[in-house]
Amino acid sequence: MRDILGMTAHIQPMNRIQQAFQQDKKLLNIYFTAGYPRLDDTVPILRALAEAGADLIEIGMPFSDPLADGPVIQASSTVALHNGMNMRVLFGQLTDIRATVPDTPILLMGYLNPVMQFGVENFCREAAAAGVDGVILPDLPLDDYVAEYQDIFRRHNLRPVFLITPQTAPERIRRIDELTESFLYLVSGPGTTGSGAVQAEGVQDAYFQRIEAMKLRNPRLVGFGISDKKSFDNACQYAEGAIIGSALIRTLEGAEDAPAAAASFVSSVIK
Amino acid sequence: MTAFHMKPTYQQPTERGYYGQFGGAFIPEMLYPNVEELRQQYLSIMAEPAFQQEYQQLLRDYVGRPTPLFEAKRLSARYNTRVFLKREDLCHTGAHKVNNTVGQILLARRLGKTRIIAETGAGQHGVATATVCALMGMECIVYMGEVDMERQKPNVYRMRLLGAEVRPASSGSKTLKDATNEAIRDWISNPVDTHYIIGSVVGPHPYPDLVARLQAVISEEMRKQLLEKTGSELPQYVVACVGGGSNAAGAFYHFLEDAEVKLVAVEAAGHGVNSGHSAATSVLGKPGIIHGARTLLMQDEDGQITEPYSLSAGLDYPGIGPLHAFLADAGRAQFISVTDDDALKAVVECSRLEGIIPALETAHALYALGQLGAGPDDVVVVNLSGRGDKDLETYIQQDLM
Repeated sequence: MRDILGMTAHIQPMNRIQQAFQQDKKLLNIYFTAGYPRLDDTVPILRALAEAGADLIEIGMPFSDPLADGPVIQASSTVALHNGMNMRVLFGQLTDIRATVPDTPILLMGYLNPVMQFGVENFCREAAAAGVDGVILPDLPLDDYVAEYQDIFRRHNLRPVFLITPQTAPERIRRIDELTESFLYLVSGPGTTGSGAVQAEGVQDAYFQRIEAMKLRNPRLVGFGISDKKSFDNACQYAEGAIIGSALIRTLEGAEDAPAAAASFVSSVIK
Repeated sequence: MTAFHMKPTYQQPTERGYYGQFGGAFIPEMLYPNVEELRQQYLSIMAEPAFQQEYQQLLRDYVGRPTPLFEAKRLSARYNTRVFLKREDLCHTGAHKVNNTVGQILLARRLGKTRIIAETGAGQHGVATATVCALMGMECIVYMGEVDMERQKPNVYRMRLLGAEVRPASSGSKTLKDATNEAIRDWISNPVDTHYIIGSVVGPHPYPDLVARLQAVISEEMRKQLLEKTGSELPQYVVACVGGGSNAAGAFYHFLEDAEVKLVAVEAAGHGVNSGHSAATSVLGKPGIIHGARTLLMQDEDGQITEPYSLSAGLDYPGIGPLHAFLADAGRAQFISVTDDDALKAVVECSRLEGIIPALETAHALYALGQLGAGPDDVVVVNLSGRGDKDLETYIQQDLM
């Protein structure tokens, strides 16, 4: 692996994210909000998702002002915060997670301010200790990542994941690809999480084809607006897999047995 | 250029939008192309003679600039100092906000945008945006917190009359912060044809600098008018209220490098700074990220943004512009805070002594007149940022008489 100067430095051991992409199949990445619908649901839902066959799992760290999220994830975040979820509680819940979920890659997704207040070094240390593999912080600028976060992330073998949108310029996509050693998060189209749906034809196909033609070194997962088997299969045409968040959260809302609901949702997508 | 030649200034942020440790652009990738386009172009577009000509002409013939600098003799007698009021309340639409929207809509047109979005707290920025959209024949959508829509009904009606669509923000505290969240989400969803006219010196770079430059006309005029009326361009004090901080940025701008001019920023204390119901960000905030900028921010120990309170809908923002965070940190501006009750007293006083009914936001700055320690020979300029028409319902409810 080469860094942006082209020097072979910082060779990192392959982590669970990269191992997952060695499988010869399309990967399902499921997002859910920590502490939702109840504070103690985090670990049971995580286990249920893994057992039902989710290939990667993103745990949402709730934030009061989630700018990139649509109404469903916003509402789940509000409930989770009201339930008492915070970084310390979450790391407490995840302490022994690798005893029961040994192989499934786990990523933390959230916003920069809570991470900054917790302390970036503390955050990375705790995440790595819990067995977390990657971090998605949509409001972390690339330049700030390189200047202030990259060394810390590498020291803890945590992989950042960056977003790419239909408007992201080619040279910026190249730069993001260079900085990534996990996967590229292809935002399906304009909108916040949970908005719209992946269309079978048209603009999105051209976008996905354009990205595919760039022959990037990292695999790609498509996210935003993927909600069921049909949209999952559609998105997988041009990527190694896809990400579902809001649709799962909707099935958890009001579910009597949230882990069971999570498991049957996964089954419905990958059956 | 070496560091030696980089004379630090309060006016000018770095290329990446930093005022000291505050500023920057902490935005999701979905916003990056729009914000980057704006960053690359705003200075060159604003420097174009054709832009300047159109902007200056609109400021003069449409906004009604220059606004008067009025020597308030009865307030002067009351506080035993020489008080001048910069009459931004006489701007078209009733507040300083239109200085910014006129400039930004010209910018948006040159960027090829056809759809305008905005957030609003008290409604003044929403009205100022709806106004210039009507003038330019552009689609306008204004996000406003549900709570603010209730307490600023006349402005909601005004915006609709001007042809804008007002969309309620119903998340969180249902006020300015949440309206800003919704406007940002709209921009994420409409990345090609839309320009977001932010109403204050907040948000990701280049917005704080862009809005400060467009409001700087306030202090540019003040200097000329002061020279004429007092024999000196420089007053001893410039006082302005701060929510996000656009009228203060405009009033301070051309005095920032004149160290002898005391700059006084007045925040809303709400029920009192330590009451748990306050918007005094410079006291209660610590560095954090809100709406794409690193600034002083009211937040809990987990980094969750807390809900500010002020009776005035224009001041209850949990952050302040990064320029103001820097001015507070560097000690260049003095930050004080004024409670709801004291601001209401200032509403009555200014109305009775000068025949000017100020906006509730502005009244916070007026109350500070009694707290400056200014002497009889000192010149104090209060930026009278807006008029009180929009607050009449609040004034009636508060039973000021």
